[in-house]
Amino acid sequence: MPFQLEALEVWYGEFRAVRDVSLTVNSQEITAFIGPSGCGKSTVLRCLNRMNDLIPTAKVNGTITYHGLDLYDSRVDAVEVRRRVGMVFQKPNPFPKSIYENLAFGARLNGVKKKAELDDIVESSLQRAALWDEVKSRLSASAMGLSGGQQQRLCIARCIAVEPDVILMDEPCSALDPIATARIEDLMQEIKKDFTIVIVTHNMQQAARVSDRTAFFTTEVNLESDRRTGVLVEYDQTARMFSEPKDERTENYITGRFG
Amino acid sequence: MKLSTPSSTGGATAASLTAQLSQSKHRFRERIIEIVLLSALLLTLITLVTLIVNLTTTGWPVLSERLGSFLSSGLDASNAKEAGVWQAIRGTLTLAIIVAIVAFPLGIASAIYLEEFAGNSLVTRIIRVNVRNLAGVPSIVYGILGLSLWVKFAGGFTGGRTVIAGGLTLAILVLPVVIITASEAIRAVPQSIREGAFGVGATQWETIRSHVLPSAAPGIFTGTVLALSRAAGEAAPLLLVGGITGLLRTGNLSLWEQITEGGFTSMPVAIFSYARQTGEEFREVTAAASLVLLFIVIVINGLAIWLRNRFEKKW
Repeated sequence: MPFQLEALEVWYGEFRAVRDVSLTVNSQEITAFIGPSGCGKSTVLRCLNRMNDLIPTAKVNGTITYHGLDLYDSRVDAVEVRRRVGMVFQKPNPFPKSIYENLAFGARLNGVKKKAELDDIVESSLQRAALWDEVKSRLSASAMGLSGGQQQRLCIARCIAVEPDVILMDEPCSALDPIATARIEDLMQEIKKDFTIVIVTHNMQQAARVSDRTAFFTTEVNLESDRRTGVLVEYDQTARMFSEPKDERTENYITGRFG
Repeated sequence: MKLSTPSSTGGATAASLTAQLSQSKHRFRERIIEIVLLSALLLTLITLVTLIVNLTTTGWPVLSERLGSFLSSGLDASNAKEAGVWQAIRGTLTLAIIVAIVAFPLGIASAIYLEEFAGNSLVTRIIRVNVRNLAGVPSIVYGILGLSLWVKFAGGFTGGRTVIAGGLTLAILVLPVVIITASEAIRAVPQSIREGAFGVGATQWETIRSHVLPSAAPGIFTGTVLALSRAAGEAAPLLLVGGITGLLRTGNLSLWEQITEGGFTSMPVAIFSYARQTGEEFREVTAAASLVLLFIVIVINGLAIWLRNRFEKKW
């Protein structure tokens, strides 16, 4: 099991962003985190590849194990974690370089130097991200010239090129139109046999369509401050959660009564 | 006043709507503002043009009659017929090279540290504010610093009042400018680029080297060129650390000895030197020398813009 979270809570300085998150992420599955804005779903996602390390005030309590190892052990190098747990962001963020260089960068980090090997990785990553046919004739063109949906698939290909174990996706379709969204969702189904995927989404239908398991988060009013803390309400197989939610708050959310 | 439309008023005549729509109240005010702004720009331009025209007409006798000998003669503030700018041009270029070698790597490295590594503690905030303050310190104060640091204290290394001491003084002078402009260029790189690199497992240095610096390069480059132009135009600090006014004899020192032991001058120092003399002929020499300095600064800037456009690939 790639990830096991136990009583996780995340603080930003004096503010507790999310608390009481315990769940298990399974291999070769798509796990979705859903919930209203500010419920901490992205915060939890960013703990899984230690992206929160980049925020100086962030502090993580509780435990996250990655294949049984404590992810936040002082001996663990966040850089090595991120090579195994790649990330795709909300807004497509290709590097302002050529399409080829976007993919070769990650491969070079893994120590690949030979041109022929790089070429192979670039091609196979683009194939797996269903982008090869659209860009094969212009690999040396700027990645910034691609459409939004293509850029996001390029970002997924960029992850794949590093050969990670897990791919984290932080609302990967929120900046895309429905057609581009559908292509990304197809792609996720395609690659989930090779990678464990954790996706944060605002969109319940998307979670219902693509994910095997869903974690529903919500926000709670704090008595001591006016800021809301996120909390995990329910975690279950997606089909079961959407048909027979155990918690009233989940039911209210998925039936569209709030959020 | 309410603007009536045909649908809302029904009976309003087309004529009254036409009258409302064609009110020129806004247009008049906008026009006034535009004229005020344009006047400000024109005033600046006129000043600049006047300066150049004035320098050219004053310096014309020198430029037209003995441009060759003017450019190839040394500093001589006793005889306007013999006065030239050769040593000053060479001095200014040598100073510029020393500034580039010393201030650019130091300044850019400092900026990278401040922006990417230092975090946002009280100490780094104090440092940031003080770098800005340093950029505002009058150049004569840097001259005093150069005198005590490079000429007196480190005289064994610089050779005393040499072009090396002058170059190092100017390097300290422009360092804050380099740091500030490089910092701003680095800060302007979108965070999403850094996240993308971290997200595939790049280390901080790999992220900086492969993505942050290439994106910030044009801005950094512009800042360094501004700094270089400023260094090329400074006279005051050089006067304190040994810039020669009056007459500079190089004797038969080799080029290397001139740099490490001999006296030096620079364009602004030479202009100062000539401007102090009386007489119409020196006025002409001063104007001609000023034009040469303007030309050098424009060439440096132009070269930099050309280089930047050549190496900057727009993605």
